[in-house]
Amino acid sequence: MSKEETSTGGFDCRQAFADELAAMARADARIVAVCNDSVGSSNLVAFRKEFPERVINVGIAEQNMVGVAAGLANGGYLPFVCAASPFLTGRALEQIKADVVYSDFPVILCGMSPGMAYGELGPTHHSIEDLAWMRAIDDLPVIVPADPDETRSVMRCVAASGRPAFVRIGRFKVPAVTPEGQGFALGRAATLRSGRDVTLIAIGTMVSRALDAAKLLSAHGIEARVINAASVKPLDVAAVLAAARETGRIVTVEEGIVHGGLGSAVAEVVVQNHPVPMRILGVPGFAPTGTTQFLLEHFGLTASGIAAAAQALVSGKMDA
Amino acid sequence: MCIFMQSLSTFEPSLALVSDPSAAAHWRARRDRFDDAAASERIDLLAATSASVRATVLRTISTAGLGHVGGDLSVADILTTLFDGVLRIDPLQPGWAARDRFILSKGHCAAALYSTLAECGFFDAARLAHFAAPLSPLNGHPNRRKVPGVETNTGPLGHGLPVAVGCATAAQLAKQDWRTFVVLGDGELQEGSNWEAAMYASHRRLSSLTAVIDRNRLQQGAGTADTNELEPLADKWRAFGWEVLTVDGHAHGELLDAFTSPRTNRPRVVIANTIKGKGVSFMENGVEWHHKVPSAAQVEAALKELGQA
Repeated sequence: MSKEETSTGGFDCRQAFADELAAMARADARIVAVCNDSVGSSNLVAFRKEFPERVINVGIAEQNMVGVAAGLANGGYLPFVCAASPFLTGRALEQIKADVVYSDFPVILCGMSPGMAYGELGPTHHSIEDLAWMRAIDDLPVIVPADPDETRSVMRCVAASGRPAFVRIGRFKVPAVTPEGQGFALGRAATLRSGRDVTLIAIGTMVSRALDAAKLLSAHGIEARVINAASVKPLDVAAVLAAARETGRIVTVEEGIVHGGLGSAVAEVVVQNHPVPMRILGVPGFAPTGTTQFLLEHFGLTASGIAAAAQALVSGKMDA
Repeated sequence: MCIFMQSLSTFEPSLALVSDPSAAAHWRARRDRFDDAAASERIDLLAATSASVRATVLRTISTAGLGHVGGDLSVADILTTLFDGVLRIDPLQPGWAARDRFILSKGHCAAALYSTLAECGFFDAARLAHFAAPLSPLNGHPNRRKVPGVETNTGPLGHGLPVAVGCATAAQLAKQDWRTFVVLGDGELQEGSNWEAAMYASHRRLSSLTAVIDRNRLQQGAGTADTNELEPLADKWRAFGWEVLTVDGHAHGELLDAFTSPRTNRPRVVIANTIKGKGVSFMENGVEWHHKVPSAAQVEAALKELGQA
């Protein structure tokens, strides 16, 4: 299977998200969807048909959207705020901080179509900063599921937690990577491939690419461990430190800016406990226009790009 | 007052506060008396509580060495009218599901809210001596995780109305009869988030929602009219589909009527014309009293004016 095939095939996590939300709503009358004219882009058309009163569409008003969600939680509901991630996390940042997290209301913030899902629409619509912004807010969990199965597990987990959470729901199609019955737990990473030469820690759309990169590396005699760190926060510190100790090198991969996201989270643990050489792969800054597929290739966020970075790290060429 | 004499040594600073059964019983008795009283006596009862709240605000700010005294005094009659005459609450059960919701969007007037909550027995008034002290649960802006009776954490302006709209939406969805009241500062209306919320409250016909504007016409550094004019304010709310009532924000009877009179199918806004620093002659309408701290002599003079010395 070539990297191009793995990159374009697979599933849109939004469908699993919408199906699971409806399934949970059938069993739990507290669940409502809150959105900003985003019923279609959040795949909530079927949900609205089944539960017309339980879609709270405030229109194009993100600050009000998050405040209303906090008020709904105050009134006993369990709101899932479904909105394009750049606008949810950017426009309503202070409402997320004060109304949801500081006030500690069980509001599930669902950042739809994150990363470069809206590639052609430019940096205003790219959501590469969301992970850094959300990570900075107290103990707000930051979760990036890698495929439809994991998306469903994450939603059940956060709904049961009674706490706020940020979940990044991908639009770009991904292959299934979650082993059957694996489930999801906050603060627990999944090791999808064993290896002792280098560790690739990836999230979301990058997990399948990291697995493909490991195959390419294996052909060159490098055995890469691959970890899906869907729980970016809290991070699985034990898994990261084991990777540092046992493989001596770490490459992180995320569809987001290289400041403050997954790579920074891993580096914070590594440098303070067991420093090893690292590479942080992601987007360096505002991205140009192009399809998502084009932009991922442009920034080397492909199996071959990840493999090249890992190979350089293993051979000691840090500037590769 | 004895409430400020309690030793700090018994104080567990980081713990959340709990209800004070003795003070709650006093509040319950006051509320029962209010419910049985004739209209004129009701106003006297509310006026007495307002004077007590104002005195507590002055002492609290004086002890802490900080606070927003001007706005605390302008909003005192609104708070007293709600907590002693309108809200369906139980200070011993702050999480009671069917309670009316009250949100102070102008969270910087926390000392007025805390003084009112203590009058109701949501916590022991002695704790007001630790307002804004290191590690105190009585932060400079209200925190629901630490203070019973606080519904949502406010402080940054323009947050209370959207959350109140969410509360009222919850009651509407669940077909519950509890009501939502939110008090906003007038300067705060310069925040755009309020108008997002105002538009949506009207769209949903949130007839259980009442917003109260503490219209004291002063913001931090100057008059609202000299900063970013709010007028014609009533027309703005009407244009957003709200029922608008304008009252004297220090006339308890007018406030009571505005909070309890029969409703249309619209959200209601009560524009309460108030005086910043109300009740203390040398503070009234003085922009410098937004967050100036009175001296001991000034507190003494103020308490004398309030008949609370």
